Amino acid sequence: MTRVFPMVVMTIIATAPAIVIASTAGEKMEFSAQRGEKLWNREFTASGQPRSCATCHTSYPRLTGKHLRTGKLIKPMAPSVNPDRFTNQRKIEKWFKRNCKWTLGRVCTAQEKGDVLEFLKTL
Amino acid sequence: MKTVIFSTAALTLVGILGIGLQDVWSDDDDGMKMRSRGVAPVTDPLYKEECGSCHFAYPPGLLPAASWQRIMAGLDDHFGDNAELDTQAGLQITEYLTAYAADASGYRRSRAIMSSLRYSRTPPLRITETPYFRHEHREIPRRIINLPDVGSLSQCNACHRRAEKGSFSENEIWIKGIGRWDD
Repeated sequence: MTRVFPMVVMTIIATAPAIVIASTAGEKMEFSAQRGEKLWNREFTASGQPRSCATCHTSYPRLTGKHLRTGKLIKPMAPSVNPDRFTNQRKIEKWFKRNCKWTLGRVCTAQEKGDVLEFLKTL
Repeated sequence: MKTVIFSTAALTLVGILGIGLQDVWSDDDDGMKMRSRGVAPVTDPLYKEECGSCHFAYPPGLLPAASWQRIMAGLDDHFGDNAELDTQAGLQITEYLTAYAADASGYRRSRAIMSSLRYSRTPPLRITETPYFRHEHREIPRRIINLPDVGSLSQCNACHRRAEKGSFSENEIWIKGIGRWDD
């Protein structure tokens, strides 16, 4: 259900720095970097082992991360140091889908995704 | 056990028919440059991008089509990681992988892998599970695999310098911190 409008939301987030964004439903959605940061560091145990976004991406994602399982180095998530981030809508959706399921054990809501992106953009 | 049966069968075959099984199994590439073409290199840009951004883009000719289908059907738990793709990309990549799979390829290593799988009932999920792969890597000690720049036998290009070109010849091996490798 939450996946009905994120595509539109993400496009707007990726291209404009506005904090208040209109969803397709017509209501306004407000995103907060503080909420995003909290979610970023929150540990989930859906997989049986504690995992958070920060586990692989570090809690200060201007830094290079490292995948918990594979050891693959992950380029910084903050667009301020890695301008390639959030320039491709399909890529944003793909990775939110994969990583939310892997970390939280479910897909993320549009609100959660917007908050996290807001957080990453302020770094 | 299967390997033993297979080896015995293979040796018998060589003995009786005088077939040069060596063409397929040996690492000794000298003097047979024409046919030691390894495996077809990866060509598909979408596969390279989607799969190769996380791990070495394994040439499709290293597993049979049925293996690729199993792998692509289980991307939500891809060896412990979530590697889901959108439907369109998933279909397109599956098509590429199966079209160039080992059972559809005439390349030397592909034929060797298929030949080694002839007694296997289920299509393997890992290249490292195939009898041919295990045979070829049986002499590599744990300490080499555990080197920080290697890590596991799945990292083809950690040792095979021309893996990306589909070439896995023994004389091209170079291991960081060790150098050339000969077994």
